[in-house]
Amino acid sequence: MDARTANPPPAAGRTLHRFANPGRFLRISGRVLPVMAVLGLGLTLTGFVWGLFFAPADWQQGDAVRIMYVHVPSAWLASFGYLSLAICSVLSLVWRHPLADLAAAEIGPVGAAFTALCLATGSIWGKPMWGAWWVWDARLTSVLVLFFLYLGHVALVRAFDDPQRGYRAGAILALIGVVNLPIIKFSVDWWNTLHQPATIKFTGSPTMYVGMLWPLLLCALGFTFGFAAIVLARTRAAVMERRIRGLLMARAQEADAR
Amino acid sequence: MTHLTYIMAAYGLAVLVGTVFSVDAWARMSRARRRLAAIDPRANRG
Repeated sequence: MDARTANPPPAAGRTLHRFANPGRFLRISGRVLPVMAVLGLGLTLTGFVWGLFFAPADWQQGDAVRIMYVHVPSAWLASFGYLSLAICSVLSLVWRHPLADLAAAEIGPVGAAFTALCLATGSIWGKPMWGAWWVWDARLTSVLVLFFLYLGHVALVRAFDDPQRGYRAGAILALIGVVNLPIIKFSVDWWNTLHQPATIKFTGSPTMYVGMLWPLLLCALGFTFGFAAIVLARTRAAVMERRIRGLLMARAQEADAR
Repeated sequence: MTHLTYIMAAYGLAVLVGTVFSVDAWARMSRARRRLAAIDPRANRG
């Protein structure tokens, strides 16, 4: 009896590693990707049209409230993107899952872009509503920290000649940065902020008019599918690029051996 | 519509970010698929 049969990997590890096979990942993601892309585009466009032309204006903010249909989904995605980065980091550090490393490296830039979009649209809304492009409010500052965490992850993953070291350093940074997520979420409750408190909560009914809530939820769903589709497409490309590098290196070694 | 410039700027940025990342991901995927097919004939079957 060999060592592998005598000590099989734990059940969770076995299930996770079934999806570490690049061929299987490319096959499954190839089927899922078009569905995600179509859902992302369709839901986002529907939400945008609904939010821009059919949802009512706010009695205080006027039509500037329509910026919310871009700002809020990008803010949610900034946090959820970082959470997925942290999950990939756990998979990488605990189970050494090779696809988790690639996925984490691809989530970083997309998450940074969505966080930048959240900050920029918040700023665009803030100018006419607060009279300032930026205030050092707890919510805004913690989201800015999230943006820097994303940038740090992107830089760290690419900072080493040995990619494995980069992935490991990035994973550690991603896990340390998770502490910022509850700070972002509860900053409006813990501190006296200019940013308004949450209007949609897990624990209670939303305080938002339903005619504004539906387009917002459509946009949030569309952004989520769009984010997932972009990350999946980038991860597919990264898997193929790694296979290309492996094949070219094997050929070079064969040529050297002759 | 009030604050039209601000609204257009916000939606324009969203469309720009979405388009840039989607096109980049699609182009990168196509490039990798072509290169892989060129050096590994088995890739065409997968």
